[in-house]
Amino acid sequence: MHGFANPARFLRIARWLMPLCMGTGLVVAFAALGWGLFVAPAERLQGETVRIVYLHVPAAWLGMAGWMGIAGASFTELVWRHPLAAIAAKACAVPGAVFTAVCLLTGSLWGRPAWGTWWVWDGRLTSMLVLLFLYFGWMALSQASEAADGGQNRAPAIFGLVGAVNVPIIHYSVIWWNSQHQPPSITVGKSAMSGDFLVPLLAAMLGFTLIFAGVVLARMRAILAEQQAEARLRRKARAEVEAF
Amino acid sequence: MATVAKSPIKAKHQRLVLLIVALVVLIGAALLAAWALRNQASYFYVPSEIVARPPEPGRAVRLGGMVEKGSLKTAADGVTINFAVQDGKARVPVTFKGIVPSLFVEGSGVVAEGKMGTDGTFVADNLLAKHDENYVPREMQDMSREQAQKVMQETK
Repeated sequence: MHGFANPARFLRIARWLMPLCMGTGLVVAFAALGWGLFVAPAERLQGETVRIVYLHVPAAWLGMAGWMGIAGASFTELVWRHPLAAIAAKACAVPGAVFTAVCLLTGSLWGRPAWGTWWVWDGRLTSMLVLLFLYFGWMALSQASEAADGGQNRAPAIFGLVGAVNVPIIHYSVIWWNSQHQPPSITVGKSAMSGDFLVPLLAAMLGFTLIFAGVVLARMRAILAEQQAEARLRRKARAEVEAF
Repeated sequence: MATVAKSPIKAKHQRLVLLIVALVVLIGAALLAAWALRNQASYFYVPSEIVARPPEPGRAVRLGGMVEKGSLKTAADGVTINFAVQDGKARVPVTFKGIVPSLFVEGSGVVAEGKMGTDGTFVADNLLAKHDENYVPREMQDMSREQAQKVMQETK
């Protein structure tokens, strides 16, 4: 793993991996959405509104996966002080927050026709909203600590790990507090969802996951470039001061 | 600290162990808290719980279950409906006045917000339809739930 500690090596891999993830992701996601929106059948009780699932579930998955990415990177940062870990955590935050917001919005739009309400303080909905606020808090802390401790990243890493407690809470919320949101339809090796819905849904999840990976890689490259430019400017300024 | 500084591998392992212990404690604490809140947090009852230990009349609770087939009746005023919510073990009569969500039909899931009346009838202020985890295509809608599930099993 420490082979990747060299940013130059990472950049070499990211240069071709990023467009590959992005390109395949866009193709797969659009194909899956087209399939889900126009080809897949309507649901027995919900009718056409069931089609929101093809956006809602991938967004929910990536909202949680984004935080798992932050937590994993934070762990690597704290234990191994890996130079790319903090950059990876920072790169996961924005796409994770965006997908969490998409999940909440599509869920609200779906809740109105299906349940008869835009919002209800159900365990699943509340814990997902908490996740969005955690993302906002993490981003603010990450910005602030960058200015304060000059790239130590200790505080956001600890926040990233502590916040990961919310992820299993989101997952089990529908089992512990079974109120409005239905229990999971897809669990390991078993699905309460007919294959007509399941196959396009899994394809959409794969496609959006690839897009997410592409965005994270692109953001990591951008952050690295920014840091390099900043270091160069600083070196130049120091050289000028010394020459003077 | 002096011995730690001498060998960087040790420092790394120390951080790893420390962090894993901290994480285990943290996750344990969160799970314990969530577990303890499991029952109080929701004010959510299923019919057999309401029958076994009813909440005091007037306390706002939520009742969730299936709308019993053949129990849905509209009162003479046209806006009040009476039906029973059941969970296979017990049934609770419910009265509600207002507009119902479109997914609300006999045999479907429902969450009723309201309070227990003194006569054992649940007075709902708000009705929310509840979808279960099963997603069945419309082509199978004429089959019963068991038939549809059987078809799904076969086509899997």
